[in-house]
Amino acid sequence: MLSKVAERVYWAARYLERVESTARLVSIYDKLLFDLPRRVNLGWYNLIVINSLEDDFNERFSVRDERNVVKFLLGDESNSSSMVNSLKAVRENIRTTRDVIPPETWELVNELTLYVQENLSGGVNRSNRHEFLDSVIKACQQIVGLWFVNMPRDAAWEMMRLGQNLERADMTTRNLDAGVAAILQVEDDDFAVNARQIIWGNVLRSLNAEQPYRRAARSSIKGPIVVNYLISDEFFPRTLNYCVGEMLTVASNLPQNKPVVAVLKKLQKDVPAAAEADSLGEEFRDTLNSLQMSLGDLHSVIGTTWFMSEPV
Amino acid sequence: MSIEWKEYAPEGEFFDEVFSSPGNPRQPAKRLISYLSSLSEDDIQSRKIAMEATIKEMGVSFTVYTEGGNIDRAWPFDMIPRVISRTQWDKTAAGLRQRLKALNMFIDDLYHDQKIIKDGIIPEFVLKQSKNYRKECEGMSPRFGVWAHICGTDLVRDKDGQFYVLEDNLRVPSGVSYMLENRSIMKRVIPEVFENVNIAPVGDYPEHLFDTLVSLSPRRVAKPVVVVLTPGIYNSAYFEHAFLAQRMGAELIEGSDLVVKDDDCVYMKTIGGLERVDVIYRRIDDLYLDPEVFLPESALGVPGLMRAWKAGNVALANAPGAGVADDKVVYAYVPDMIRYYLSEEPLIPNVETYLCYEEKQREYVLANLDKLVVKPANESGGYGMLIGPHSTKKEREEFARLIKENPRNYIAQPTLALSTAPTLIGKNKIEPRHLDLRPFVLQARDSYVTTGGLTRVAMKKGSLVVNSSQGGGSKDTWIVDTGAAKGSGKKSAKKSAAKAGQKAGGSK
Repeated sequence: MLSKVAERVYWAARYLERVESTARLVSIYDKLLFDLPRRVNLGWYNLIVINSLEDDFNERFSVRDERNVVKFLLGDESNSSSMVNSLKAVRENIRTTRDVIPPETWELVNELTLYVQENLSGGVNRSNRHEFLDSVIKACQQIVGLWFVNMPRDAAWEMMRLGQNLERADMTTRNLDAGVAAILQVEDDDFAVNARQIIWGNVLRSLNAEQPYRRAARSSIKGPIVVNYLISDEFFPRTLNYCVGEMLTVASNLPQNKPVVAVLKKLQKDVPAAAEADSLGEEFRDTLNSLQMSLGDLHSVIGTTWFMSEPV
Repeated sequence: MSIEWKEYAPEGEFFDEVFSSPGNPRQPAKRLISYLSSLSEDDIQSRKIAMEATIKEMGVSFTVYTEGGNIDRAWPFDMIPRVISRTQWDKTAAGLRQRLKALNMFIDDLYHDQKIIKDGIIPEFVLKQSKNYRKECEGMSPRFGVWAHICGTDLVRDKDGQFYVLEDNLRVPSGVSYMLENRSIMKRVIPEVFENVNIAPVGDYPEHLFDTLVSLSPRRVAKPVVVVLTPGIYNSAYFEHAFLAQRMGAELIEGSDLVVKDDDCVYMKTIGGLERVDVIYRRIDDLYLDPEVFLPESALGVPGLMRAWKAGNVALANAPGAGVADDKVVYAYVPDMIRYYLSEEPLIPNVETYLCYEEKQREYVLANLDKLVVKPANESGGYGMLIGPHSTKKEREEFARLIKENPRNYIAQPTLALSTAPTLIGKNKIEPRHLDLRPFVLQARDSYVTTGGLTRVAMKKGSLVVNSSQGGGSKDTWIVDTGAAKGSGKKSAKKSAAKAGQKAGGSK
């Protein structure tokens, strides 16, 4: 498989995952804010912090309100990871890999692009937001479903899985971090227990993990258990442990895989330790941060190994 | 209310592809017109909307360079097909094969003994001053003696109803993907008509292209590596490059994906390291192919590619230097070439052509600029032309100067009465519009001609410019066998099968 094509398939999968997770993030957050007690001072701006987009956002907007945040995350042309830009990146990567991806993908991506173009303003305003985001999420799932049932399990498939799982692992750490950041803002009073439950429930739903959590953890929603589940559960396909394991399997099927496999094996060792955090405070945020850095390293090793890109 | 086909008035002096006279469709188009007449205005309108949505969803797009960043202009398409009878097409196809065969013998001759010049058929200076003659190719012998493997010949019909060759495009002709997509659009939008008319399928082109390319492989291996070399997404034909790569199962690559090593072989960069490439279907012009030999600043090509080709380690289609036969002055000699190399009479005539370097012809051209079409010898895409009857005095003066300055670089042709076909204009009006036809011809050991080709239509009333970059659209092209229409027995069998299926479903 051509290195450049491999790289584009990898990015197509990453960006598609990003489109879906951004849509879900906004859609869940919307509902979270309705539930939280007014005194919990959790604003929309938190979503900007989760995605490490503070600088870009502040360059563009001075008011950190709902409208600006949602606009920035969904429709902003200047934000390189906004939903529309991620979708654009999906489309460009699909356009240039049409020879290895199921041909229907191109049509589905075009349909989604047209839909988003026509309905974006309704999505930014609150009135049609739910329907809009829901349609985007479904369209993404349709494409992934198409790949799943139709792609030969060859190198293109492995590259797709690699991109998808790396993006998921990254998103999971970000969501966990967001959860901790929100918890730290909850004042210790009568409403605290309830607020914490709402926040962690929100983290689970942002990752589509609520139902699987309840079945696997057999517990009501409690911070440490949620964190442990999202990091180390071996069955749910968005936990860190699962994503790293998937990437290891995928990498082992690809040629010249030694450097990537080495990074993944190290990650596999580091991940469970993270799940054993005693307290969910700043220290744990540091742990998450270093996991995110490791994922970044993994990305550049993948690049030098298979995409023939220059080492960073 | 349906469309008033009776009111469709082909303009007297032009040959109309569909109607022989008002109200009388030609034999191969009868069923089509009777079907279209059965559609109401609303039907037509809703199908037109469906068609436009389909084109967007299929992502059938092209790029106009003057539009800056927009690489997604939707493909302009007219839903009324252009119809040609099978018998006439078969004759035309034979003529196209004959022509490409002679052209390839000509190119091969030019890069070897130049017998055709020595025998006085073509003057030497025509060759000496040809922009597309490549000295670097002298003495090369590509497999089967074939240089131009893929050719997109432009045909026009004059008022006599006869096909003429307007241009041979032997460099990197494009449009075949649109021919194929036009058919899939039609099948989605008006499927019913396919049940009742014997329309020859067009979908096998990618198979033939692939087989042609594979047969050029210098290595005798079971699965030669075939790639499509594209300049990238900003090229106006990128859609087609991706489309053909996909349909052939070939890799779509850019110059930077390839390297030529010290062994003079071409390799592509893969996730498993370097992999040797056997055949390159290149969609990059000669001069950008190899910065070592041609334009040193070109970043589109591959350094060393010519070295590898000359060493016989990789096949290039079309071969570098094939464009020499694309020169419009050379074009004027093609009928002579056919007689010279094949000892046959040309089956498809040329459009009458005046060579400006010949004094008498030049004088005629200069005296009749307002009636003629003047073309530069080596441009493509309809650029740099003068269309006499539509020109201003200033433009004619400018061309007179250009011709006098460089007579070798210009030819002139009479303004053709391009044939017309009914085209849907606005909501429900049918008006004649001028069109041409670009069939695609393949040659390696054997040759192949597409069934029909890409019909391009000038969407502006009275316009003769069909290029999509200049406001042209396109139509599906039907080669129709009038001998045996599909029987009604088949249709009713289908219906009863559907009923049986429904019953089975219902009883569950």
